[in-house]
Amino acid sequence: MKPGHLASIALAVVLLSIVVPARAATIQITMENLVVSPAETSAKVGDTIEWINKDVFAHTATAKNGDFDVMLPPKKSATFVLNKAGTVDYYCRYHPNMKATLKVAP
Amino acid sequence: MFTRRSAALAAAILLSSPALLGGASAADKPTDPQIAHIAYTAGVIDINAAKQAQKKAKNKDVKAFAEDMLRDHEAVNKQALALVKKLNVTPEDNDTSKALSKQASDKLAEFDKLSGAAFDKAYVANEVAYHKAVNGALETQLIPSAGNAELKSLLQTGLKIFQGHQQHAEHVAAELK
Repeated sequence: MKPGHLASIALAVVLLSIVVPARAATIQITMENLVVSPAETSAKVGDTIEWINKDVFAHTATAKNGDFDVMLPPKKSATFVLNKAGTVDYYCRYHPNMKATLKVAP
Repeated sequence: MFTRRSAALAAAILLSSPALLGGASAADKPTDPQIAHIAYTAGVIDINAAKQAQKKAKNKDVKAFAEDMLRDHEAVNKQALALVKKLNVTPEDNDTSKALSKQASDKLAEFDKLSGAAFDKAYVANEVAYHKAVNGALETQLIPSAGNAELKSLLQTGLKIFQGHQQHAEHVAAELK
């Protein structure tokens, strides 16, 4: 391999890391015994939220502002990719006493 | 009017159960087999109310609510049955359970005569009142009286679910107005 190739690969790696500064993360939030934990989660736009329902009851993760309404059948999980910055309060439509907050940074 | 009266009645039945059960001082507590029976009966009552609502309700939110009640209360009762089996406890019928069942069958008969929006309103208002009464009994009596830790924990989960149902019912009731 020519030295020039190595240099261009190195440059590409550097450029790539500038274009994609951080890998999008998957953040897990559990629902167990009617409690959402953690109740407050910080994340970034592009991150995936994975809600894990450990209950034998169906739940939802429903944003108060209408941004998302994710169904969580008993003992199942579901995901949502954050596409907007801001603070979103969400709750379970079936058990509105289950409440939590997502803080989404740009 | 009848809703407030029925809530008061349900609360009175549930809260007076020490006297009903023991026929003695208020210090008497229901036993675990009795608590299990009361909790299971309370669930069955709401399941039957939901089945009636599935047949009679017109409003889509009321229909959806009834479906939620059916699903959740069946799930709770399934857990309750698994627990009593595991603990080798036989739920014991008692005066509180009997009074609750009697009151519920009267309610079913009363609501059977209603239809359309009148039924929807009556069902949802009764669901608010009923869950409120059951939650009061769970908090002040059944949970503190439960001896077995697993039974207590199931009742505590039940309380959270029923508090959720109460809020959900209040929300549906507000939408109907």
